[in-house]
Amino acid sequence: MKLPIYLDYNATTPTDPRVLESMLPFFTEIYGNAASRNHSFGWSAEEGVSQARNIIGEAIGATGKDIVFTSGATESDNMAVLGMAEFYREKGKHIISSPIEHKAVVDPCQALEQKGYEITFLDVDEHGRIDLKQLESTIREDTILVSLMAGNNEIGTLNPLGEIGQITRDRGVLFHCDATQGVGKIPIDVERMNIDLLSMSAHKIYGPKGIGALYVRRKKPRVRISPIMFGGGHERGFRSGTLNVPGIVGFGKAIELAMEEMSSEAERQIGMRQHLYKRMTDELDYVFLNGHPTERLPNNLNLSFGYVEGESLMMGISEIAVSSGSACTSSSLEPSYVLRSMGVSDELAHSSVRFGFGRYTTMEEVNYAADKIIDAVKRLREMSPLYEMVQEGVDLSKVSWTSH
Amino acid sequence: MAYSEKVIDHYNEPRNVGSFEKNDEGVGTGLVGAPECGDVMKLQIKVEKDQIVDAKFKTFGCGSAIASSSLATEWVKGKSIDEAMSIQNTEIVEELSLPPVKIHCSVLAEDAIKAAISDYKNRKNSETSEG
Repeated sequence: MKLPIYLDYNATTPTDPRVLESMLPFFTEIYGNAASRNHSFGWSAEEGVSQARNIIGEAIGATGKDIVFTSGATESDNMAVLGMAEFYREKGKHIISSPIEHKAVVDPCQALEQKGYEITFLDVDEHGRIDLKQLESTIREDTILVSLMAGNNEIGTLNPLGEIGQITRDRGVLFHCDATQGVGKIPIDVERMNIDLLSMSAHKIYGPKGIGALYVRRKKPRVRISPIMFGGGHERGFRSGTLNVPGIVGFGKAIELAMEEMSSEAERQIGMRQHLYKRMTDELDYVFLNGHPTERLPNNLNLSFGYVEGESLMMGISEIAVSSGSACTSSSLEPSYVLRSMGVSDELAHSSVRFGFGRYTTMEEVNYAADKIIDAVKRLREMSPLYEMVQEGVDLSKVSWTSH
Repeated sequence: MAYSEKVIDHYNEPRNVGSFEKNDEGVGTGLVGAPECGDVMKLQIKVEKDQIVDAKFKTFGCGSAIASSSLATEWVKGKSIDEAMSIQNTEIVEELSLPPVKIHCSVLAEDAIKAAISDYKNRKNSETSEG
């Protein structure tokens, strides 16, 4: 077993060597511009792109023709939200989303608010789930878009995409899904789920960084978006710019492998997730699960360790790469907005740690990590005034703290 | 975020972790910060003839908060109450090479020292007035 151990697969993943191998010829041999229509260099590059496009389209129940390549999911989300708001502005200016969407959706929505659009952020329950009845009652005549993610990047909670898509289709509203954390991990079918726009990224599924895609439905209904990038009319005019051919080829290979291994990997990763959770709760007290107990990404576990601050815990397990919702790990000094929106107290948000499992994670690594975390939590609780007070029977909510 | 060597040293081997019985004679307890802010420090001093003879701390917070309070206990030990009152957060910042985003940890440590001394004085005064 090699140290350090990477348990942050929701942040990014290493490129699979099989993916890298598929990409290499497209740097040095097949280097043509896929938009060069008049020579073999261009044709060969275009062939690589076309194959990848088809694989990616089919992976989500669509076709290659529906796929628009971007620089990543952040661009895809911006394109979907801003591009569709611009195109449909005559039809209406109301957009529905949720407060725990990725910032790549929340921030463009807030930018639109400044321009006179109205955004409704639905409530989420303590597990991070939206209420379908509230979604239904929030849709109005002037609602043009519902943007809800497949799986949450911090807490792993899954949205009921099929039910959401049924509602939006019945009411004639377009449905954008940020599926960055879902594609290749859980089954996604844009036809069955009535998804009209879908964002994805290669680097979350063992592909290269810097390449992503937006699915834009072509029929029933035909979805239109205004481009946010101009200059050459590539990608059906939706996204100008020379195609990142090696990236696209790698993305195709990555999604092909992820689809082949999806069910076996999901089972294996759920096993590791449950094992880690069991060890934490068996061997430590005051451990709280963030996110939904079962309706969650196979590879995500998010826990709060009561009375231990997240950054200090990460410092104590420096051989293990995880991430925390603690304010101290962010430059803003604000704890995770996702946990806050779910009603998790700031105190427990400060104590939260996200574990992400992946293709190369082994049970041996999970057990090693568990040992280290248990030791670190126990050590930090020995020096935690809060843990001491709780042991003495003090009700922390009744103490008059000096907020700063 | 990269930590300075001194912060790592205090985090790995914190000085004077523990508690005194807060009702014991000569003990002053300072409890500052708030759980929802992510930092709570408890700093205690034991005073004999206006000299701080021992100090203990417990801290809930990031590595810099732990290091700041650990350092504070080291510094107050052996000082008179007046000398301890004059410790400034900027000295802690300098000693631990804290980045700007962590300056509040040093402020909290200074507050903890002052709160402990103030508690000691209050208890002493009430004893005198009762006695």
